Amino acid sequence: MSSTFHDTEETMQEEAVLSVRNLQTVFRTDRELIRAVDGISFDIKSGETLGIVGESGSGKSVTARSIMGLVDSPGEILPGSSIKFNGEELTEYTDPEYQAIRGSGIGMVFQDPLKSLNPVYTVGNQIREALKINRGITGKQATEKAIELLEDVAIPDPARRLGEYPHEFSGGMRQRAVIAMMLACDPELLICDEPTTALDVTIQAQIIELLQDLQEERDLAILFITHDMGVIAEISDRVNVMYAGEFVEKASVEELFENPKHPYTEGLLDAIPGTLAEQDRLNTIEGDVPTPNKPASDCRFAPRCPKAFKDCTEVHPVHVSVSEENDHSAACLLYPDDRSRDEAVQYHISQNEENEQPQEGDEE
Amino acid sequence: MSKHSKQMASTVDQDNQTLVKVRNLKKYYGGGGRFSGPPVKAVDDVSFDIQEGETLGLVGESGSGKTTLGRTLIQLETATEGTVSFSGEDITELSGEPLKKWRKNAQIVFQDPDSSLNDRMTIGEIIREPLDAHDWKSAADRREKVQNLLSSVGLQEDHYYRYPHQFSGGQRQRIGIARALALEPDFLVLDEPVSALDASVQAKILNLLEDLQDEFGLTYLFIAHDLSVVRHICDRVAVMYLGKIMEIGETEELYTDAKNPYTASLLSAIPRPDPTSDRTRITLPGTPPSPRDPPEGCQFSTRCPAKIRPEAYDHLSNETWNAIEQFREVVRERTRIQFGIRDRLKRQLGLFSKYDDIDEAADDFFGDIEPPREVQEAIDTAIEQVKAGHPDQARDQLKQQFGGICDTKRPDMYAVSDSGRLSYCHRHADEYRGVNETLDRRSDN
Repeated sequence: MSSTFHDTEETMQEEAVLSVRNLQTVFRTDRELIRAVDGISFDIKSGETLGIVGESGSGKSVTARSIMGLVDSPGEILPGSSIKFNGEELTEYTDPEYQAIRGSGIGMVFQDPLKSLNPVYTVGNQIREALKINRGITGKQATEKAIELLEDVAIPDPARRLGEYPHEFSGGMRQRAVIAMMLACDPELLICDEPTTALDVTIQAQIIELLQDLQEERDLAILFITHDMGVIAEISDRVNVMYAGEFVEKASVEELFENPKHPYTEGLLDAIPGTLAEQDRLNTIEGDVPTPNKPASDCRFAPRCPKAFKDCTEVHPVHVSVSEENDHSAACLLYPDDRSRDEAVQYHISQNEENEQPQEGDEE
Repeated sequence: MSKHSKQMASTVDQDNQTLVKVRNLKKYYGGGGRFSGPPVKAVDDVSFDIQEGETLGLVGESGSGKTTLGRTLIQLETATEGTVSFSGEDITELSGEPLKKWRKNAQIVFQDPDSSLNDRMTIGEIIREPLDAHDWKSAADRREKVQNLLSSVGLQEDHYYRYPHQFSGGQRQRIGIARALALEPDFLVLDEPVSALDASVQAKILNLLEDLQDEFGLTYLFIAHDLSVVRHICDRVAVMYLGKIMEIGETEELYTDAKNPYTASLLSAIPRPDPTSDRTRITLPGTPPSPRDPPEGCQFSTRCPAKIRPEAYDHLSNETWNAIEQFREVVRERTRIQFGIRDRLKRQLGLFSKYDDIDEAADDFFGDIEPPREVQEAIDTAIEQVKAGHPDQARDQLKQQFGGICDTKRPDMYAVSDSGRLSYCHRHADEYRGVNETLDRRSDN
């Protein structure tokens, strides 16, 4: 499984800020091993936004937490996974080393800003704390820097706002304050886990605009996680569609919306209400996201897939390039579509065998 | 107000099957006692009708009063003023036994399927509870009824004995719907029924709601903040902002040709699932003001992109004007700060408090632009007033200087289309330029 992406690997490796290879995060329970993230690979370059989209339970947030080193027992990143940030292998880091990376290289914005802010300290206090711990700036200098940061995230009257507590901020302003705290660490990569889901559309538009401005100014790499196809279309350059711990389709944003290839992506796009005004009934995807508790030996979407055929339950699909454009790929037995169905299935089987290597941790 | 009601009356005449008739409904919280502050005006003078068998959508940002309005309609909250009539009967007058009897007609489905089901009761008990409460027929009948309900919302009959934690979010929402349907109501308030659900599950619940509406001839009030969901399911839509309905009319018409500046901004803020679209988005500045201290004029005036400027300042560039508006917002914010005793004393003694420093904020807004002399003077006066500890004076002074009709006078509801769409904006009056024209012009320069 580890070298599924060998064809694109070389071309992208040079400038990638973050490069994830075969990431497997599992949770051990008494009964079973849950493979929340099962062998995903991707790169993010600076100045680029990669969107990850999927239903709840597909493993989006676990991906983000794995990169941040926030997976706690019973969760575990399996050996053989690789997360490289600026060439440094993060999976081998100790806790203090990780702490340093979180303070300087990677910032994360969570869905609920109230949970990321401490209610008993003023906002200014919390930003100054971030500056002190991560950059060693203290005293008057820190206050000035904090005002500057709040100004950067477009909070009006920042000098006064510094002295206020999180409960005195509105929802959108809290999210701005969290982003300001992240900027205090001067990150190269910002991981946004559903940062606008809890906000109203008008405020959501403000935050998206802010993130885009900040990205332009600072050449930030952004990993943006959401379940909202509309938000993905606005903010991402490239999109990975996640399902049950795996990426089922990867493409540039225009390509994905114009020319979706995987049946799951098609289903997701069809389920958006209001796009076709005169359409009477919404198309739905039957069933729920399964819990991936076995190594993938089939297509995990097969039970819900309208286009499934017999082999779908027996062969695990690999990523196949599906259009002239080099970076559009889908993991589905229907492709490559220039071959007959049997040939296509054979291709997937042979690719699987090629990647078959004894991997530690796969056996429980 | 008289103009308003006349227009409402004219739309009513077209359809004789009005189920719910809401007139001048107000719901205020607090503000009763001698020492309490001004009341929170959650719903502030709202009038509309809901026809039999239709789905009326209610959209707006959080805090706009959607949920309060929905709850007041079915008497979960007592209206402060105004009437709600159901098939001609004013239910704000009801209490006691008659009210309980009437409640069978109107039910509600709540937003959060996790907190609206009692974890210690089985699904059967949960759905049966309204039947028990109203002493509906015999025990055996109730049981059969529940089993029918389970199958009509797409659940299995043997789910009767399970507990809520054994179900997924979508299934739990189905249970909530089944419970609301138990007493065979005519009217259902759906309070954000799908916003906690994933897109594909959401689609299933929406389809279910449509099926049930056909099957039982239900009338819905569909409350949501997700505008695309509302477009899909609703026949008519009301857009709410700060306790007031800004625009109400046929769904498609309203979505394709919004007349009110707030509706236009709200619609333009929806992220489109189309990365190639290059529409111009109107990004509203700031957040809605506090409902405890709403603007004196139009509720939307503090953020409106099409606000009417006083004639004397019509020539100002957008940049200057926006800076003025933002500065005014900062000053307004200042008047709302609640001070501790020490700061209040300081202020009374005329001592300079750190809260009264506003130079920096003003500098942010006006640093890069050179406002005309009269503007600069007004700003400087305001800065002095704030520094002297009188932000309220600064606020009034700025309002006098820069306030137009939008700041001082509540607009009327104007009919803006043949189908009887109503919009709440001064710009619909003949003497002002239209909304869309203004928005286009302002986005150009």
